[in-house]
Amino acid sequence: MQKGRVTIAGHDLRTEPEKVRESIGIVFQELTLDRDMTVRETLEYHGRLYSMPKAQRKARVDELLSLVELEAKSDVLTRYLSGGMKRRLEIARGLMTRPKVLFMDEPTIGLDPQTRIRIWDYVRDINRQGTTIFLTTHYMDEADQLSDYISIIDHGQIIATGKPWELKNALGQDVIYLETSDNQEASDILRKLGTVKGIRDKSKGIIVMVNVDGTYLLPEIMDKLRNGGIKIRAVNLKKPSMDDVFVHYTGRELRDTGTEKTVVVKSGGR
Amino acid sequence: MHKGFLTIYWRDMLRFVRFRTLLFTSLVQPALWLAFFGVAMSNNFERLTATMPVIPGVRAVGYLTFIGAGVIAMTTLFTSLFGGTVLLFDKNWGLMRETLSSPLPRIHIIIGIGLSAMTKSFIQATVIMVFGLLLGVQFFEGYTAAQILVSLFGIMLFIGTFSLGFLFLSAAIAITMESPEGMQAVITLLTMPFFFTSNALYPANSFPPVLRTLSTVNPLTHLVSGIRYFAIGSDFSSIGLRYTYTQGEMLVSFLALLAFAGIMFLIARWRFTKVTVT
Repeated sequence: MQKGRVTIAGHDLRTEPEKVRESIGIVFQELTLDRDMTVRETLEYHGRLYSMPKAQRKARVDELLSLVELEAKSDVLTRYLSGGMKRRLEIARGLMTRPKVLFMDEPTIGLDPQTRIRIWDYVRDINRQGTTIFLTTHYMDEADQLSDYISIIDHGQIIATGKPWELKNALGQDVIYLETSDNQEASDILRKLGTVKGIRDKSKGIIVMVNVDGTYLLPEIMDKLRNGGIKIRAVNLKKPSMDDVFVHYTGRELRDTGTEKTVVVKSGGR
Repeated sequence: MHKGFLTIYWRDMLRFVRFRTLLFTSLVQPALWLAFFGVAMSNNFERLTATMPVIPGVRAVGYLTFIGAGVIAMTTLFTSLFGGTVLLFDKNWGLMRETLSSPLPRIHIIIGIGLSAMTKSFIQATVIMVFGLLLGVQFFEGYTAAQILVSLFGIMLFIGTFSLGFLFLSAAIAITMESPEGMQAVITLLTMPFFFTSNALYPANSFPPVLRTLSTVNPLTHLVSGIRYFAIGSDFSSIGLRYTYTQGEMLVSFLALLAFAGIMFLIARWRFTKVTVT
């Protein structure tokens, strides 16, 4: 930390680091399981690290194993689990101590679609039970699906924050993609329309962000361009996605360079 | 009091008993030392020293008995020095993040892992002693039951202190090193001087002066002396030489081991404060 103050769950990071550690749970990006311990032992070890009483530990382990559907594997060494099961176990471990705040660093990376959807369900469940979740992800659909608040981080700086619909609305109501015989000329014509919010160049076409319902605006746009002597080769109309939001703010397509990240915040009910 | 170190201890012992091959080899290997090296050398030494005059009034014991103490000490040294390796693996595989990001004070990691190395050493020492007695090692001869108990207590006290010292050293190395291969190399290198400048396999009395000095400050020498004192006696002869140990000398040896463990603990604690979670 360079400067400023951090408080997590009401505890100052500088003066009460132990309290902070007690209130948070972490699911790391890389797998951090002991291959030589069983599923149950992994959770048991974690509970012990946080000085949970024995009876409470036992009850919590059973509860979490059923939440992440690993009851049948409770006495299996973690080395024999599939990638998705390992992830689920790690999530269960992060929840073992009922943290007020849970940090998840790209929890669904490299998982198949079914497993991802299941993990999303757990995340929603956990959140409903009152845990605030900070989740980082490269998947924009994941951010969109799960979050109450989204922050986009580029080169270590937060460049946009808001609710998913707020961020998307900032791009306009609809997004129209056009490929024409003269993209430059088309941009100039459309920019004069009051209902057009902004235009961005793509490699073969342009993206037009509009303030009104695109379904009705599109015919008008096409007429305007035809009258201007421009041929239209391709048209596409859609609602802005989080991908569009991301590109809008960072100015480039999502690449795995490690400099950009999306932090999703799901605030707990407590 | 925070019982966090018991958690670390529990996990390490769990792994120790889980892997039968590892457990089995760690118990059989020292026994094999005694069986092969001990018996072979014993026969040689008995022949060489057969012509030497027996020191009158002093109990003479065979070479096997002499190195019985040495093998116990050597095993403790190896087990403890390699005992910290688990920390290096934990660190490299990201497992240590979990422990370090928990509220557990770091000192408990060192203490917990130290206790488990101590427990392993106790188990090994017991196995070697039982096996040695079967092979003909003359430990506890003429002792009453009470004396045997006191001697066992003394031996375990020495072994326990010694193993803690070397485990702390091992933990400090493990937390500093990057690769298991590097650690393996460093530890193998370390065992050499400790092992060969001690009185584990042969008497240190006839060493050249430099080696003798090294032998005197070597914790392994103090452990071996302690085990011989408790298991064989305060005055005996073996391979033609006489050994006497006074209670004062034993106290010094014990304090030396205690001081060694203390210093190594401080070093390990210092190394652990340098670890960051990334």
